Amino acid sequence: MTMKIDSLDPRIARADVPTENEYLVKRDLDQWETYEVFHQKSRGTHHTHVGCVHAPNADMALLFAKEQYARRMKCVNLWVVRTANVHATSYDDSDMFEPATDKSYREAFGYKNKHLIQQFKESQDTAH
Amino acid sequence: MNIDAIKDLLMRVADDDLVMGHRNSEWTGLGPILEEDIAFSSMAQDEVGHAQAYYTLLQAVLGYGDPDQLAFNRKADAFRCAKIVEYPIGDYAFSLVRHMLYDIAESVRLEAMSRGNYRPLSELAKKLLREERYHFLHAQTWLRQLGNATEEANNRLQTALDELFPMAYGLFEPTSFSSELAAEGILPLESELEKIWESNVEDLVSQSGLKLPVVQDKTAYYGGRQGLHTEHLEGMLREMDEVFAIDPTATW
Repeated sequence: MTMKIDSLDPRIARADVPTENEYLVKRDLDQWETYEVFHQKSRGTHHTHVGCVHAPNADMALLFAKEQYARRMKCVNLWVVRTANVHATSYDDSDMFEPATDKSYREAFGYKNKHLIQQFKESQDTAH
Repeated sequence: MNIDAIKDLLMRVADDDLVMGHRNSEWTGLGPILEEDIAFSSMAQDEVGHAQAYYTLLQAVLGYGDPDQLAFNRKADAFRCAKIVEYPIGDYAFSLVRHMLYDIAESVRLEAMSRGNYRPLSELAKKLLREERYHFLHAQTWLRQLGNATEEANNRLQTALDELFPMAYGLFEPTSFSSELAAEGILPLESELEKIWESNVEDLVSQSGLKLPVVQDKTAYYGGRQGLHTEHLEGMLREMDEVFAIDPTATW
């Protein structure tokens, strides 16, 4: 005779789950594919990657994405993209991102413009 | 404006939402897949939240007691929910089909209440309707998906629909205040709401490869609005208020 799971949670006790359950063995590839989820906070801003969901198609992915990723954060729009459709560089090639010589001149902090921004802000304040 | 009629209306819509929400929350942690578990649980919370909003309105405007006392400290026969929301969750097909029938009915009712001329209720209904958009989308997406999938999926949904569709008419059981509510422009007669609901349900059901069963007696599951319930309600309420009942005066 198989033992039933005896739980303090009445829902589990009701479910009559045998302690030794053949279905507890997870079969390979029994998951749906994944979709990457992109979230937009307000109109006109970028969509930001927030994670992924398992789904059998795009409609279901959107349905799940709404509750997984837009339940708490403010959101006006969601994108989902099949993970399989994302093309990526290889980590084996990550050397190519490391500059061999000093390229700091490409970085924005090389420009001395902070005082110009400040000046502009002040002129806006006095205009009001 | 008849206060008793408004109380009657608020109590039945609140009790529908509370019992439906609690029942659906029984899937939390047991849902078919993680993402769906979260989505279904979140909608269950929405329903409980709707109930809380109605109980709060009963308290604020109509001088009823504390919403927690209304939710957790009443006997089954004081509840005015329809019978369909009381039944145990069954298998996932049963819960999905019930969610579809219920949320379409809730949308129709909220839509009507939002146009009604009892201001506190119409304002609240407008707010609650926003959440019903997702509830409908959820029901629609799942039903179309599974109804048009395998034979087993379609059969399971059809079995659930055959069982639940006659029960759902209980959501439109009129009360002794119905004609007054309609005359005062607060809520149209249940028979009118029922027609809109039937046609919305029929649309979705036909898109999902399912058939509506013929219902001989639409009043077969009446009684809930008069406090007559299935044997399932009492058990569910005792489970729901188990912690509350330890000390009903505790502050949470």
